[in-house]
Amino acid sequence: MGRFIVRRLAGMVPFIILVSITVFMLIKLTPGDFVSNYAAALAAAGETVDDAMLASMRSRYGLDQPWLVQYWDWISGVVVGDFGYSFQWQQPVSALIGERMGLTLILSVSTLLFTWSVALPIGVYSAVRRYSLGDYLFTFIGFVGLAVPGFLLALVLMYVGVSVFHADVGGLFSSAYADAPWSWGRCVDLAQHLWIPIIILGTSGAASLIRIMRANLLDQLHQPYVDTARAKGLSEFSLLVRYPIRVALNPFVSTLGWVLPNLVSGAVIISVVLNLPTAGPLLLQALMGQDQYLAGAFLLLLCSLTVIGTLLSDILLALLDPRIRFQ
Amino acid sequence: MSGAVMAGGLATASQSKLMWLRFRRHRMAMLGLAIVVLMYLVALFAEPVAPFNPDKSNARLVFHPPQMVQFFDGWSFSPHVLAYRLARDPVTLQPSYIADGSRKVRLRFFVAGDPYKLWGLFEGNIHLIGPENARDAVFILGADRQGRDVLSRMIHGARASLSIGLVGVSISLLLGITLGGMSGFFGGRVDWGVQRVIEFIISLPTIPIWLALAAILPKEWSPMAIYFTITLIISLVGWTELARVVRGRFLALRGDSFVTAAWLDGCSQGRIIFRHMLPALTSHIIAAVTLAIPNMILAETALSFLGLGLKPPAISWGALLREAQNVQSIAAAPWLLLPGAAVALTVLALNFLGDGLRDAADPYAN
Repeated sequence: MGRFIVRRLAGMVPFIILVSITVFMLIKLTPGDFVSNYAAALAAAGETVDDAMLASMRSRYGLDQPWLVQYWDWISGVVVGDFGYSFQWQQPVSALIGERMGLTLILSVSTLLFTWSVALPIGVYSAVRRYSLGDYLFTFIGFVGLAVPGFLLALVLMYVGVSVFHADVGGLFSSAYADAPWSWGRCVDLAQHLWIPIIILGTSGAASLIRIMRANLLDQLHQPYVDTARAKGLSEFSLLVRYPIRVALNPFVSTLGWVLPNLVSGAVIISVVLNLPTAGPLLLQALMGQDQYLAGAFLLLLCSLTVIGTLLSDILLALLDPRIRFQ
Repeated sequence: MSGAVMAGGLATASQSKLMWLRFRRHRMAMLGLAIVVLMYLVALFAEPVAPFNPDKSNARLVFHPPQMVQFFDGWSFSPHVLAYRLARDPVTLQPSYIADGSRKVRLRFFVAGDPYKLWGLFEGNIHLIGPENARDAVFILGADRQGRDVLSRMIHGARASLSIGLVGVSISLLLGITLGGMSGFFGGRVDWGVQRVIEFIISLPTIPIWLALAAILPKEWSPMAIYFTITLIISLVGWTELARVVRGRFLALRGDSFVTAAWLDGCSQGRIIFRHMLPALTSHIIAAVTLAIPNMILAETALSFLGLGLKPPAISWGALLREAQNVQSIAAAPWLLLPGAAVALTVLALNFLGDGLRDAADPYAN
């Protein structure tokens, strides 16, 4: 098992390097740079733009170097935890992204747990009571959940919140705790706000996982080993939990690898709509303003998050299924 | 029709006939097909179907609420809406629209209204439905913050949103069939390379990557150029699923006896791929394509909604939803969310259609 994990970790390294190069290239492909954006903003405000000042800004930020040099400067800092400097905010990037990435992680992981805890029992129910009223109901809800984009769900909930409850459902903290340091009260406040984005973000994932669970379990339910166990007099419940569900869980866990990227990318857009203090809104702003190191740090960390998700799913799969473990 | 005749008909029916018979049994898929066909027809003939010019604004009709169409006036069939007038609350001075029971705006089918140019070619002014008197304003689905008709804007928005799905899927299909087919047919090193590329793309979170790609586009580009680049961006990320389907089918078919027979008959590689293997895949590819279109539509909607996709004056469902971005405008005019309902309905219909096609394409079902 230890060797398995080490081998997988080693396999991640070239992947992350490739991701970091791709991300940096994407950002550098944008025509112009932060300084030309800044100059355009100054000109729009009616101020005079001094070419010498712009040139000195470029050399101070290292923007006059070829992109490979800039990439090397950036990535050699990232390795030791220095993500560079944000031009827009005039602050080190690590100071800006710390809490936001943490909240993104909390949101994604709790959504994942929500998705599983909802999809597992419903999927099992739909398979065992196939073509029952409940099965049809959940199938219908599942299809609708897949068809409604997350941000639309967020907009509808915002409307309901305003018109029915006269409350703003956006944000992750109430105003008293928005800029407060971490405390027990702030955690409780977070928990009270977190469930709305969790439901919005988790709906489409839960819908597809219900379909997967149902199909997997249906494949297993009519296998001869199930009949054998039933013939030996095992109760229906322990039969179900002990054998077919365990086998059906297998693809369930292996989908973790793509559920996490989906959650991370869904979280970006929902955070913009609901104005959550997570990575999304700041990433969007950084991309628009060509704040290259801030955008680069977010993109790199978000992509790494999905790589870690794939790793976790592989480890869980190996724990769950002896056939993979002993390969 | 007796059973014997049925059986005789089935025995000689072509593959596509069999598929159609199986497909027709799928009631939700038939409903999906009907909705999808209707949506694309509306998008194709957006100008005459929409009651008004989507860009016609009226500063005095800002956020006009939707008017309920009443089909009967007394006992006679005469579709009409009640006219609204703007009133101010005497205390708060808050403006609000009040239905005026005394004045009715009659609606007519095939009525002369705003002039348009269908597909930029044919001039006309006949609209499927509209007010009897062209100067009257009718807002079946309300008006936006510039007093433009939301229904007409949605109908015109369907054109960009639905066609991006089709164009994007064609590009994805080309990439998917070429790379997936090569991967599955040649196997070995080619397969290894293509699989690593696909794994790499799949494990990237799509929306941040789309955002980064969309941010590259120069802001001064024309809407047409932006439209095609956005489509290209969406399909560059979206081809992997199709490639996986094609590869899997190619791998499965490669060992089938009919392919071996073709080899032994001395067929060339090209003939085996295009004459023998691809026709066996067509139905699966059609199903996979139908299931890929909704993802493209959702992607365009998300990008335009964030302001990185199509921008005004271009109209798409995502660009329209951008109007409903903050709490204030949703609270003032909830009907601005309706383009989202159109997105959901289309995606739902396409999903049902794709599911039905997939089941019908599988000869071993049941």
